Amino acid sequence: MIEGAIWRRWVFFYFPLTAFIVALLFPFYWMLVTTVRPDSELYRPWNAPNYTPFWTLHPTLEHVRDLLTETLFGTWMLNTMIISLAATAISLFCGLLAGYALSRLKFPFAGSLGTMIFITYLVPQTLLFIPLADIIRNFRLGDSPWALILTYPTFLIPFCTWLMMGYFKSIPKELEECARIDGATRWRAMVYIIFPIAVPGILSAGIFAFTLSWNEFIYALVFLSSPDEKTVPVGVTSELVRGDVFYWGELMAGALLGSIPVAFVYSFFVEHYVASLTGSVKG
Amino acid sequence: MAQVVIRSLNKKFDEVHAVKDVNLDIRDKEFMVFVGPSGCGKTTTLRMVAGLESITSGRILIDDKVINELPPMDRDIAMVFQNYALYPHMSVYDNMAFGLKMRKFDRADIARRVQEAAEILGIQQLLQRKPRQLSGGQRQRVALGRAIVRHPQVFLFDEPLSNLDAKLRVQMRVELKKLHDRLGTTAIYVTHDQVEAMTLGDRVVVMRDGVVQQVGEPLELYNEPANRFVAGFLGSPAMNFATVKVNRDNGAIWAANTGLQIKAPPEYTDRLGRYVGQEVTLGIRPEDLHVASADDPTELGFDVVVEVVEKLGSEILLDVAAGSDTMVASVEPNVRAKIHDHLRLALNPERLHFFDMHSEAAI
Repeated sequence: MIEGAIWRRWVFFYFPLTAFIVALLFPFYWMLVTTVRPDSELYRPWNAPNYTPFWTLHPTLEHVRDLLTETLFGTWMLNTMIISLAATAISLFCGLLAGYALSRLKFPFAGSLGTMIFITYLVPQTLLFIPLADIIRNFRLGDSPWALILTYPTFLIPFCTWLMMGYFKSIPKELEECARIDGATRWRAMVYIIFPIAVPGILSAGIFAFTLSWNEFIYALVFLSSPDEKTVPVGVTSELVRGDVFYWGELMAGALLGSIPVAFVYSFFVEHYVASLTGSVKG
Repeated sequence: MAQVVIRSLNKKFDEVHAVKDVNLDIRDKEFMVFVGPSGCGKTTTLRMVAGLESITSGRILIDDKVINELPPMDRDIAMVFQNYALYPHMSVYDNMAFGLKMRKFDRADIARRVQEAAEILGIQQLLQRKPRQLSGGQRQRVALGRAIVRHPQVFLFDEPLSNLDAKLRVQMRVELKKLHDRLGTTAIYVTHDQVEAMTLGDRVVVMRDGVVQQVGEPLELYNEPANRFVAGFLGSPAMNFATVKVNRDNGAIWAANTGLQIKAPPEYTDRLGRYVGQEVTLGIRPEDLHVASADDPTELGFDVVVEVVEKLGSEILLDVAAGSDTMVASVEPNVRAKIHDHLRLALNPERLHFFDMHSEAAI
């Protein structure tokens, strides 16, 4: 908290905070307003006398209804959910074991291996999708959820590995040594002692991985083509923008509904998540 | 029955030779303390006994059985760590029961043993708490409890008291001693605190740079240190050292430098004889110095200037300058000495120590 005169508190705390919150929440507000705005208001020119961009007096759920009935939005949500959960599960499992090994076990080239995994994370997806597309075609995985379930881990595993590595390093190694003297094998010490303590870290890696796969765009755009295989970000943008016609109401409704699961996951685990970013383990 | 035998034990970490050719025989039921400055190899030695560190060469035997290759769980040992290493997600009860559960004891047996250990340590009312709800002293007890429930053959302690405040440390030290007397389990205790080493140990191992300097009972080490390092490490305030030249005069041996001239007692004549004309290190413990009275022979006294007076209540510490040397003398509390006073100090001739200048070994 800022100490001192009231004006200092306003200038250094309340004002920047308010500006930040407004900037952060405004897109969501815009999404909401556009979703419930009737078409007649949506396409009104900006210089019309009754132009009211920030509110509407005739809210309607027409766009939401259109989105759910006229498009495959439900299917896209389901696809995205399955793909995100599967990719997250695979990446979390691999990241957990790799992170543990890199932070705890001594083996040749452990350090350089860690760095190499990190470097793979730095390769931009916009570059990687070209060779990946070739691989997907060779394995005949194109246009199926597997195309994404198997390619998302290429960036999720390095991410989870590094996050878990950092978290495992913050857990005193004496805990594990003590467990091993107490009669646990390395595997049991890991499962009974280290993993339960690492739950906040595992959760935040999971949330991040889930969000990244939920929002992923390029791979989904390139590897999937039939409308009923698409994910939300690709489905909404490709099916609701036809040529130069933007179905703004449905687009925004899709964006709004599409962000609900992620928001839900965050709010559900927020305490663990914050604990993992700020807290350390005390023995 | 558990004796621990260490033979030609070595540990090398890449470049560093952390433990060099250590040989030790730790007897059954003995409380053995490893002491030394940080980086002396004492913790590494302990961790090799625990099985947490691989052995570069040499052997470790518990009860005549070589345990070099045994995993920690099969060595029948228990270890208490400096940071307690309590499992933060488990209650005190589960912390103590963990080792028994891993070893597949039945529930009733676990409950009985945990209760028993909790009673010994006075932590029955804490069993349902989580470690974060405990104070430092309570955590320490839980860590001890976790070690004693298993009735292991050997206890290993890695500086278990160094995270406690001074008062609690003294209290826990006494309790540890009592606990050891009660359980009679062989114990190896690592510390950098010489007071803990002296008070707890049946025998003490002093280590420096990976090498064992001396092994013996606490008073033996204190009274007859094998070398200058042991002499300086044990005792607080530390032993005073002065470089002196050995001379022979009328058959008597004198040790002298610019500030003092002392006639060595007859029993030193033989031992110091071969150093005549050479320099040696003279060691005097602060409590072996006193303010000279008329009864003290002049050849055992020397003049000093008081530089600092530290009144501790039960004694007074005088930091004095004797020629170019500075010394600390622990004198009676009734001595009235002020800073810049000129005093004559006398020393106790039976308790002089001489060390070789090069090898630093006791003469």
